[in-house]
Amino acid sequence: MGERQKTTREAREELRRIIELCRSVEIKGLDPYLVDVEDLIKVVKEYFPMWKDTEDLCLDAETLNSIASIVKMQGEWVKQRATALYRDPFLIEEKIRSLPIDSMAKIFLETWHPVVEFEQLTIKGFREALKYWSDLLPLDERWKRIGYMKTETEKATREEMIKEGLLLGESFSAELEEMWIDLKEKASREGRVKYWDFIGSDSYEETVRRAYLTSFLITYGYAKLEIHYLEDEIFISPNEKPAPMNEESGELISFPIPISFEEWRKWKEGRGA
Amino acid sequence: MEGRKRGVDRKAYYAAKIRKVAHLLFYKRHSLPGARGWELRKRVGSDYPKVINLLDEYLEKIGLTVKIVFEEEASPPENPTLEQYDRARFYITLKDNLGVEEAKMIGWRIDDIAALCASIAYIISKGGKAQRKELEDLLKNKIPNWRVDIDLNKFIRLGYLIEDENEQIYLGWRTRAEVDQRKLIDLLLEAESEKKT
Repeated sequence: MGERQKTTREAREELRRIIELCRSVEIKGLDPYLVDVEDLIKVVKEYFPMWKDTEDLCLDAETLNSIASIVKMQGEWVKQRATALYRDPFLIEEKIRSLPIDSMAKIFLETWHPVVEFEQLTIKGFREALKYWSDLLPLDERWKRIGYMKTETEKATREEMIKEGLLLGESFSAELEEMWIDLKEKASREGRVKYWDFIGSDSYEETVRRAYLTSFLITYGYAKLEIHYLEDEIFISPNEKPAPMNEESGELISFPIPISFEEWRKWKEGRGA
Repeated sequence: MEGRKRGVDRKAYYAAKIRKVAHLLFYKRHSLPGARGWELRKRVGSDYPKVINLLDEYLEKIGLTVKIVFEEEASPPENPTLEQYDRARFYITLKDNLGVEEAKMIGWRIDDIAALCASIAYIISKGGKAQRKELEDLLKNKIPNWRVDIDLNKFIRLGYLIEDENEQIYLGWRTRAEVDQRKLIDLLLEAESEKKT
């Protein structure tokens, strides 16, 4: 029994080592042919009859998955070498190291065709902005329509917020998670969904709550916005895994979307039609 | 007379479409410049590849061109299908090359250009990805340490390179749009052989 336990433990360690090896080849971008796939498969096959627990079977599956990723890398390696672009990496590296900076720059300039792009305001954009501005009601009129009651400001506890229905009784991250799952479901067919169709709800309060949570989904990298200025449409699509953005990636921009009562009413009428 | 009128109508029809496509491609609307094929189809109709050819002919006269990047294909297809065009990204780029002085004028230092060239060539030689550490070591050979990080971050920010969470660096959308990778490698090889002779 003791001998069997020892062997099982050793077998588990061996599988973990295989997973680690495959992972490091993948991460470090090493030559995938350094891994003897046939040998690894033999090891996995040899240990397979020992596995009884679900955990061990999962480890076995994970090992096979890692080996499969090496096989995939080997396929890509062959494909890459078959392309006209392939040259001996050592030769290229040696050239990069030996060439003077100005020669390198000249070579690059011969192959570089920068993208031409404009960012200034167009007459069409200006016209649209002007129309938006002239259609926009003064703040006091907009706020009058919603009809609010002036009260003294007080501190609200989390329990009171939950009681008022502004926050759910679960943690914020759980609410976000729920929104993310909802987004994935709604975008499952086309990979994206119109922003207003996602946040819009039967009540204005719920719409604002969903918009608020959605802003965190985007900031935390659970989803991304697609803005089509010309078509005046905004789409939202879920990320498979949260992809946090940082300033260096150059992608982090702040994009305000007004969730006014008017906008909500228009969306609701449009949905009804 | 009737035939001539039809010809004029056709010309006006395509002139309007060319204008629309030019606006879409020149003006940045998303985080990336240019437009996808399906966006062009939506704006000007399914004959947009023809409109692109006409625009390209027009732009050629002023040293520009329409660059089509088939991101999902390993190499650009010889006769792309409409589906491949739909998935491709269209940009307007310079047709001609920039001189050193011109590059400086648009804000590039000569050592930054060389560092970008070295980074792209190195990643190509490594099959499309390289560890940031390896790339840093390579650049430190010729560029002061303190500039290496700044340069790499700049190349990533501009879209020439992409970095993932494992600090692996890949070629970015801008390299695919702007750099003739095959020519770059060929020129590097030639430069070396010239040096030997």
